[in-house]
Formats: sequence, structure tokens, C-alpha cells
Amino acid sequence: MAQAAPEFPPPPDQRPDHGRPPEPTRHPAERTELLDFYRQMLLIRRFEERAGQLYGLGLIGGFCHLYIGQEAVAVGLQSALNGSLDSVITGYRDHGHMLAYGISPDVIMAELTGRAAGIAGGKGGSMHMFSVPHRFYGGHGIVGAQVSLGTGLAFAHKYRSDGGLCLSYFGDGAANQGQVYESFNMAELWGLPIIYAIENNQYAMGTSVNRASAEDQLYRRGESFRIPGLQVDGMDVLAVRGAATTALEWVRGGNGPIILELKTYRYRGHSMSDPAKYRSRDEVQAVREKSDPIERAKRDLEGLGLGEAELKAIDREIREAVAHAADFAEQSPEPDPAELYTDVLVGQD
Amino acid sequence: MSTMNMIEALNSAHQIVMERDDNVVTLGEDVGYFGGVFRVTAGLQKRFGKHRAFDTPIAESGIVGACVGMAAYGLRPVAEIQFADYIYPAIDQIVSEAARLRYRSSGDWPMPITIRSPYGGGIFGGQTHSQSPEALFAHVAGLKTVIPSTPYDAKGLLIAAIEDNDPVVFFEPKRIYNGPFEGFYDRPASPWSKHPASDVPEGYYAIPLGKAAVVRPGEAVTVLAYGTMVHVARATAEHLGVDAEVIDLRTIVPVDIETIEESVKKTGRCLVLHEATRTAGFGAELAALVQERCFYHLEAPVERVTGWDTPYPHSLEWAYFPGPVRLGLAFKKILEA
Repeated sequence: MAQAAPEFPPPPDQRPDHGRPPEPTRHPAERTELLDFYRQMLLIRRFEERAGQLYGLGLIGGFCHLYIGQEAVAVGLQSALNGSLDSVITGYRDHGHMLAYGISPDVIMAELTGRAAGIAGGKGGSMHMFSVPHRFYGGHGIVGAQVSLGTGLAFAHKYRSDGGLCLSYFGDGAANQGQVYESFNMAELWGLPIIYAIENNQYAMGTSVNRASAEDQLYRRGESFRIPGLQVDGMDVLAVRGAATTALEWVRGGNGPIILELKTYRYRGHSMSDPAKYRSRDEVQAVREKSDPIERAKRDLEGLGLGEAELKAIDREIREAVAHAADFAEQSPEPDPAELYTDVLVGQD
Repeated sequence: MSTMNMIEALNSAHQIVMERDDNVVTLGEDVGYFGGVFRVTAGLQKRFGKHRAFDTPIAESGIVGACVGMAAYGLRPVAEIQFADYIYPAIDQIVSEAARLRYRSSGDWPMPITIRSPYGGGIFGGQTHSQSPEALFAHVAGLKTVIPSTPYDAKGLLIAAIEDNDPVVFFEPKRIYNGPFEGFYDRPASPWSKHPASDVPEGYYAIPLGKAAVVRPGEAVTVLAYGTMVHVARATAEHLGVDAEVIDLRTIVPVDIETIEESVKKTGRCLVLHEATRTAGFGAELAALVQERCFYHLEAPVERVTGWDTPYPHSLEWAYFPGPVRLGLAFKKILEA
């Protein structure tokens, strides 16, 4: 194994005074690439709409947190990663991040319905999904706990000198968890390759950022650890992608961690059981009408000469994929009861 | 062979696994430069480098969380939580992440983490430096919990724990780091060098997790103990001339039920001894297991000798500690029943 850089952990007098990253610029719109982003975002939306229906039908039980409205974040950030090097970890609102990786909607939906064919064998459920081949490390149901795990992943990247980094997502609510700051301190102290991506969808369940956060400009939360932060329009996939490029250059340049605050919005309740009484219908409607990330990409695509027929074909193709996933998830068998005791401890299966 | 106390034996275990496997890293508060508050990790940073034996901020949750991420990526972290009493901030990461990831990822993520922590009383640490929280971890599916009682066992069990692919909580009875303690607190302390289990091989050996040791054979009553209490049990039995069979569990999860069952069926009496508080302590689990498996062989109710259901007191330490006097009364009760 390659030896870690000899300066680990860098002594205080040798830590770089690295200044700040440049202001990110919007990623240039290019037809093939933007079409790909559009397709991924649309897949997430249609998948989530269908998941909501299956939940209503009682086919998905327990907890189910939909990503509708936030699609541009996962797609914009993850499209910039090196899939064979970089790792990703997130919280419980994780369906979109998996779809953005191109993981089959079938096995994701089957996990939501708790079937043996689900990506975690049906024992994880909506909040707890993983894909080792995609270096996707979950899917975590405890608010903020994954931030420390991401920090450990970043340590391992550095230890192995493999050139990879960790993209560690968390929400505006998790940003108030203590272990996030323990992680920030370690990441900067040890110069770890990590992007902390705060998906600020404005509400921690029913509590708005303003009602819970003394500093509601979350990109500033790393300042006392010397971690720079950037605030990004999370409703514009090209703005997100542009910020991802800046952040990746910063981290791969050996500057240690960076924080991205993605300002976004979820259209649906926190989970399926949330009637969302803490905000007005008008507020949600205004965001949908003015800032929808998919509509925005669509307008950009039309500006690049994409015709209605092509967009309709994509729509049809995605509806078919989602319908297939729903059928698959409904028809797959449940796990065998003997699975209850597997994978508790190694060698006890 | 060399003569080692428990600290030296634990240090030797680190040296050996770190030499054999580049994926092993050791981290914790004061672990690197200083070598650990009890010196268990002394010399590791100098030998293996700052990237393999290093200091962390005082942030137990962050330490264990980072270990989970490291382990997911193929490293084999060994974290020291400076005192078991400091482990509570990390409970979230231990219980909800380390112990559970293998299950909820359908076996994708093994969790080869070892969390070492000095535990237990007898050093006038008061309530925040004396606790025995092993039952909390024994209660969590997906964790193993190990407690050695001698230098020889400490080394072999720690090597096995680090090499194990499951998360292991490894509690080190700090009262016996430097010498066995038999509970006679008014007598001079005895060093490990006078005890046969301080003869420790310098090289590699592992003691399998989940195997108890019969440390004193006997016919009249079975005593189940671990950590410091193994020495208290043996010394008290010898002092009183009780023909007790003393079993050192060494690992409480998985527990070696076969050895327990065989002994209790032979003696017909079972006494459980631990320093932790009584209610819902690990002794309750042992008593339940024994009655489930040996009920028709029992000639007396299972007896528990434990710490009281109080915080660990500073000035009344020896009133709390379940020492030879309480154990002696329990022997009398169970043998006369």
C-alpha cells in the first residue's frame, strides 16, 4: 500500500494558509451533458412520485422521505465525481443519490417495499441503502451521524493515497448536530479530502432554518475551523455542477475540506406522514413555479434546440422504467424468515 | 517469553498487529505523541508513524464515527476511549452505525473496529472514572464485548479483537493494569510479575473470542466472573477454603454458554459476580441463561454479587465494591441453601 503523505497530521506551523477557493461559475450548458442531467433529474422525480403512490397503497411501510424538488443537487454534484475513486455518503433522504449513480430503479424500489431483491436484501429499507460497487456508503437514518463516517472515509482515501475524496451530504437540520463539528475539526486538522455538502432544503422536518439556527448562512459554519464554504443555487443543476467543479479542484489540490451549501427546497412533506402545516401552500407553489430545477433544465435544453418530441420520448422512456421498477418491487418475494439472523455478526449466519 | 504487566501486554498486541497489517491504525485522545493516558500505546507513533498512531481531538462521537468510515473503506481502526465513562458520547455511533451496518447493508460492510477502553473501579476515580458499562454493549446485537483479566489473556484477546471482522468493545480493567487485585484493599498491592499469567510470549498469538477459561476447578459451586472479579473470586474461594469452580468468561458477547452449562450441571450451584450495578447488569443475563439451561440441576437459586444500584462513590468505594466480604456471605448462603 502507498504510504500516506509524511506531513500527516500537519503540524500547526506547517498548515497551509490556503486562502479561499474562487467563486464558482455556472457550468456551461452543453446539449448531450445537459440532456443527461435532465434525464436523471426526471427519473428521480418520477421515481419519487411513484414511491409516494406505493406508500399510499400500503406497499411501502414505515418511513419514506422523498427527494422531489432537490433533484439538481445530487445530479449536479455526483456527475462531477470520479466514480471509480470517490465515495459518497448521505442521510435518510437517499433515493435520489442512488438514482443519480445509475443504480437500477428496480432494486431501489424493491428495497423500499422491503423485498429480498432490494439492494440491501430488504433489511435496510428506504433510509438504509448501500452500493459498494458504486462506492455509495449509505443511506443513514440517524441525523448527522453519517458526517463522521464520511470523515473516516476521507481519512481512508488519504491513508491509501488513492486520489479519491468523499462527498458527504447532510441537511440543514443535521448541521446543528455536535458530531458535525467534531468532524469538521478533524477533517481540517488532518487535511482530509472531503466535500461537506449541506442540502439546505429550508426545513428540518417542521422547523425552518431560521427557527433552529443561530447562523442560518450554513456555508459559514466551517469558518472557525478554517474550512471555506460556498453558497450555491441548488435549484439549478448547472450552478451545482459548476460549484462541484470548484470544490473538487480545491480538495484535489490538497487544500483539505470544503463546505458547499446547496440552497434547495423539498416540495413534499419531510416524510410521507408529514402534512407540512408549517408552511403555506403558496410558498411551495411559488418555488415550483419559479425555481423548479427540471423546468429550468428543460428551458435550457429548448434554448439549445431540443424539440418537444425528443422531450416527450424521454418522458415516456422514464415512465416505463419507473413502472417496471414498481412492478418489480411489488412482485418480488419478501426475504426468507431465516434472513432475520444473517449478517448480524461475521460467521454466525 | 517475557514478564509483562497488562499495559505492556496490550502494547505488545498493538505492535504485533500493526507490524503485520498496514490497514491497522490506532487513534484516540493522547494516543499518539503521549502514548495514551495509561501508556498502552506508548512508542507506536515513533515506530509506525504519525499516520498510523495518532492523536484525536476530544470528540468521542467523531472518533468512533471516523472509525466506521475507515472500516468501511478497508482499514482496521483501533480506537482508545480514554475511560469507559467517556464512551457515552459515542454510543450513537457504536450502536446505530458500527453495530448495525453489516445487517442493514446485507453483509456489504464488515466493521473491523476495536474500541478499547479502560473500565471499572478500585482506583478512587469517583463516578466518572470508575464505571462498568459492559451490559449496555452486551445488549446491542452486532457487537462483541471482551474483558480480559490477565496480561496473557489481554494480549491474545486484543489481537483476536483487532483481527475480528466485527466491531469489538474491549474493556480493560484498569485496577489490574499493573497487578492482580484480589479485593483485599488494605493489603499491599502485588505486581503482575508474581503472577504466572504475566509470562507472555513476545510474538503473535490469539485467544479466540467467545471462549471462557476455567481458572480454578472445583465441585461445590460455579462462580461466573470477568475482569478484576476473577481475581476476587479465586482469592476469596482460597481464603475461605470453598471448593468453587471459577470461570473467567473473557468474552461476555458471545458468551461461552457450553463451558458455563457444563460446570453448573456439575456443581449444581451458580454464583455470578460483577462490579457493575445490579439491576439489568450482565449477571441478570447469566442468571437467566443458567436457569434456562440448568434449572433441573440447580440445588439453590442463582446468587448475584454485584455493585450496588448507585453511582460509583468516591469515599465509599469499598462499600460499593463487591469484595471478599460480600462474596464470602454469598458463598455461605448458596452452599447452605
